[in-house]
Amino acid sequence: MNSDLRSHLSRARGLGSAKSGVHHFWVQRLTAVALIPLVVWFAVSLVMLSGADYSMVRAWIGSPFVMVLLILTIVIGLHHAQLGIQVVIEDYVHGDGAKLAMIVGVKFIAVFFGLAAAVAILRIGFGG
Amino acid sequence: MAEFTLPANSKVGVGETYKAAAGAKNIKTFKVYRWTPEDGKNPSVDTYEVDMDTCGPMVLDALIKIKNEIDSSLTFRRSCREGVCGSCAMNIDGTNTLACTKFIDEVKGDIKIYPLPHMPVVRDLVPDLNVPYAQLTSIEPWLKSSTQPPTRERLQSPEERAKLDGLWECILCFCCSTSCPSYWWNGERYLGPAILLQAYRWIADSRDEAKGERLDNLEDPFRLYRCHTIMNCTKTCPKSLNPAKAIAEIKKLMVERTI
Repeated sequence: MNSDLRSHLSRARGLGSAKSGVHHFWVQRLTAVALIPLVVWFAVSLVMLSGADYSMVRAWIGSPFVMVLLILTIVIGLHHAQLGIQVVIEDYVHGDGAKLAMIVGVKFIAVFFGLAAAVAILRIGFGG
Repeated sequence: MAEFTLPANSKVGVGETYKAAAGAKNIKTFKVYRWTPEDGKNPSVDTYEVDMDTCGPMVLDALIKIKNEIDSSLTFRRSCREGVCGSCAMNIDGTNTLACTKFIDEVKGDIKIYPLPHMPVVRDLVPDLNVPYAQLTSIEPWLKSSTQPPTRERLQSPEERAKLDGLWECILCFCCSTSCPSYWWNGERYLGPAILLQAYRWIADSRDEAKGERLDNLEDPFRLYRCHTIMNCTKTCPKSLNPAKAIAEIKKLMVERTI
């Protein structure tokens, strides 16, 4: 016996509109646009650093302009990634508990690695 | 979590074969999905050999001929037989389309006919469309106006009227919605391309005064933003409409009212 005896309209209306989503959509596109120059800069920099030794790479990371761009690339990249992975989880994971746990986990992991990368870069730059 | 086992009735077996009458020279083979709720069996695919010398040119002509002359138990919806009513939407040769406007000649080899994908099946080629119909009701597809009604028509300039072209022609056959993977995975919460195109038809109507209210009701991670521009909807539409573009226009308006 089907335990769901709600009307079709009741199911279609569900809990109503969340009245959110445009912010997620907008930030996903904003970070995507920002990542175009950042990733190009990062790739070109890596090519130009090929053959450089440890102290040269440390010195490169430590220059103020590079520090800013590196932190931007990593933090914006992780932000963009967690927004995208959230959408994938919402698409494919249908158990409410598992879905919530995975979305929270992805966001926590992104914040952790973003902060860890920023601290590492700042430590090189400001000498620690 | 993800389900790795097929739901009940997913395994499709081999059904009956109905040979063409001896002497038929121009034979086309139709492989048709069959399922009835009564016998408790899994679905099967029946094979019908149809004499094309005595059959019309469309897939619907062949289905009607099969029902009239070969197997009266074959069940499908049809009404106008000219691409206006949307009743005979089904999956033909792997693509959702209308049986009445699909030429048999267009398909090379055997013609495989299944119901619209990922909908509960009522019987044979008849899908249960109650959920999409309820979703259509939920977007309130009628003109809303608080202004005192004029004594004559509500006026619209030719430019304003032109914005409805490519929207009003939708016949609600649901070929698009049932071709959309996002609708397959989240069909109860995502409205799907057919309903979103209908929603945009009213948002784009210059006579409608409820644009903001309509956008409010659509602004939802699932109702609207499950569209990932896969574009199956536009590719499959038997009326050559572009639901993906209508959805993109709604997303643009959502951003427009925030910045």
